[in-house]
Amino acid sequence: MSEEINKPGSDDQEIDETLESSRRDFLKKVGLVGAASVAGAAAVYSGYRFEKNKNKGDTVKVLTEDNRLVEVSKEEINDIKYQVKSFQTKGRDGIKGKKWVMVIDLSKCRNARKCVNACQSAHHLRPYEYHINTLVMQESVNTPKYFMPKPCQHCDNPPCVSVCPVDATYKRQDGIVLIDNERCIGCRFCMAACPYSARMFHWQEPMNAEEDKNKPYNVELNVPQKKGTISKCLFSADRVRENALPYCVSACPNGVFYFGDENEDSVTNGTTKETVSFSELLEKNGAYRLMAELGTKPRVYYLPPKNRIFDFTEGEKPEYKETT
Amino acid sequence: MARSLYNTDLYREKLESVSADVLRNVRINKGFLVWMGILTISLAACLYAYTIQLQKGLGVTGLRDATSWGMYIATFVFFVATSLIGMLISSVLGLSGTKWIKPITRIAEIIAVAFAAVAGLVIISDMGRPDRFPYLFLYGRIQSPILWDVTVVTTYLFVSLMLWFIPLIPDLAISKSRLEGRPGFLIKIYEILSVKWVNHDRQFQIMHQAMRILLILIVPLAFAIHTVTSWLFAVTPRAGWDSTIFGPYFISGAFVSGTAAVIIAMYFFRENYKLQKYLTDFHFEKIGRVLALVSIIYIYFNINEFIVPGYKLKTHEAIHLKELFTGHYAWLFWGVQLAGLVIPVALLLIKRMRKPLPLLLISIVVFAASWFKRYLIVVPVQGHPYLPIQNVPVEWMVYKPTIIETSVTMASMILVLMIITILSKLFPVVPIWEIAEEEATVNEEIEHK
Repeated sequence: MSEEINKPGSDDQEIDETLESSRRDFLKKVGLVGAASVAGAAAVYSGYRFEKNKNKGDTVKVLTEDNRLVEVSKEEINDIKYQVKSFQTKGRDGIKGKKWVMVIDLSKCRNARKCVNACQSAHHLRPYEYHINTLVMQESVNTPKYFMPKPCQHCDNPPCVSVCPVDATYKRQDGIVLIDNERCIGCRFCMAACPYSARMFHWQEPMNAEEDKNKPYNVELNVPQKKGTISKCLFSADRVRENALPYCVSACPNGVFYFGDENEDSVTNGTTKETVSFSELLEKNGAYRLMAELGTKPRVYYLPPKNRIFDFTEGEKPEYKETT
Repeated sequence: MARSLYNTDLYREKLESVSADVLRNVRINKGFLVWMGILTISLAACLYAYTIQLQKGLGVTGLRDATSWGMYIATFVFFVATSLIGMLISSVLGLSGTKWIKPITRIAEIIAVAFAAVAGLVIISDMGRPDRFPYLFLYGRIQSPILWDVTVVTTYLFVSLMLWFIPLIPDLAISKSRLEGRPGFLIKIYEILSVKWVNHDRQFQIMHQAMRILLILIVPLAFAIHTVTSWLFAVTPRAGWDSTIFGPYFISGAFVSGTAAVIIAMYFFRENYKLQKYLTDFHFEKIGRVLALVSIIYIYFNINEFIVPGYKLKTHEAIHLKELFTGHYAWLFWGVQLAGLVIPVALLLIKRMRKPLPLLLISIVVFAASWFKRYLIVVPVQGHPYLPIQNVPVEWMVYKPTIIETSVTMASMILVLMIITILSKLFPVVPIWEIAEEEATVNEEIEHK
């Protein structure tokens, strides 16, 4: 056996020759491809130069994030996508000079639940997961029942923010209390501390987890929602940034919600789009805040359910079932 | 007069006899291996439940938006509570010069270390995002009681560990030459941990100084850990938690469950390790009195906690109290208050009931009731928030713990048992040198008379 191997065999020579010829072949091909790519690159480059010179001098005026008007040449404009970080920076800062307030007129609420639905579809929530919920309320046996939409009260002295161990939930300069799902550790201390039960927790994979997986997280919208973290009403921070009314406010068919800026002393009704004086609205209607005695200083005001133009009917209660 | 006791023949003689009795149990025998095997298998089974929770989220527990803290938090409070006993026995009784606690100080410290160590893990099992635990250190905000809790529980654990370890050093030095037939690694551990102890007077002096500092330091620390734990509830505006006496209410309750735990452990070691000579009826009689005393103090705080709001019946307090007194939780509530507190106190006032066996049975009931007591503090309050729970599935209205949740809780209890087993089986469970010292002193005094 060993002798056979030591003998220079004809087979080996053949293989050597084939290898040699294929090597030459290969080098030839490389040379061709190389030449072609140099030529191609040259063509592309000259084309680029041509295009570049053609556009020289064309500029466009753009507004920067800090409100400066600047001029840039068109070729330097790149489409950018908002990334988590930029969402976070503006989401934590809030909108300068604003103090958002909400007024809820209980005399007009008929439990249409359009606010709830609009909110749930905007924030990708299941039918029993609430940022805003409409409750049937009754103070005592002799007082009438009424419907009460209950969003987060965006307290000025928020117990939830005080107890958060990692700065996941915070109060912004424009009065909005937000929750950062990239930071939340899921301890639920804020839920324990909130007297309004305004917060919800993702006990399971959120409804649209699959579809939203690749979206950058927007702290002003809480989308994508995240399993194992808190979610809550955001006063539609993403909408108010664009000068629009919150989802729930504009969805209401019965004129229940007013939303606006306390500094401007004006609030706008979501249904009629009528803008009224905030202080006058409160004064004329005997406004109050929920559980004012707790000292939480809510930014949501309620107008009592008096002079209702409809009869209170609870209607059929839909049954809620847990879904995956 | 400055003649050191530690160099007398009498002391050496006592040391021989005590170490022989105590070290008989320090070995890796079949019983130990079987017991640890059972614990390991059960722990693995329970940890499997935790992996399900990690995968599917906390929805596999009975927790929902209304009752978002349940069994885990109750167990956490219970563990922190039980760990306080180390401070009560070693510091409060030790510093006041109580002699009979000598043989049980180490048992108390083992319980303190085991429960404090696992308490932190229980909190992690309750987190929605345990992977973000480091955020507590990266982004921690000092005004949150959770930060205070993390800080003081870790400090308390460390100081308790020192209080267990420092008086153990002379024992390790004494034992290392007396461990023939034990596995080599154990002797090696003894060699390393005994930090060149040679029974020198100066060494004893330093040790006594260190112990004094630690024993004083642990008092405010222990008060801090359980007061802060009570503030996790008391700083919220919820009816039923919004109470100014929650700090002392929790601390007094802590001593009840801790003392019961120590009695159970004492009985076990006395019988299993044949330590009747050191853990005598006299010691049970004494610790039985301690249990009666701390239970009476706890009853006093319970009266304050329930009678005062019960007298006023403010709207939401009234709903909460009604749930406890006559509602959904009435059976549990009265069971815990009567069988777990009032009846034990009545029994403990009888001398015969402070004998080891009856005391053990009473302590088991008290200990179990202590866990349910924490459950009653944590859970019912959340079932009736200020605003009604509406438009949600039925599961969201009333909290019912699931099997997975119970298994994960069991895992934490198994871990406690494992730590206690290791600390008490591989190391002397009663302090050899202190007992020898005590016996030698007593003998000397008798001779002098």
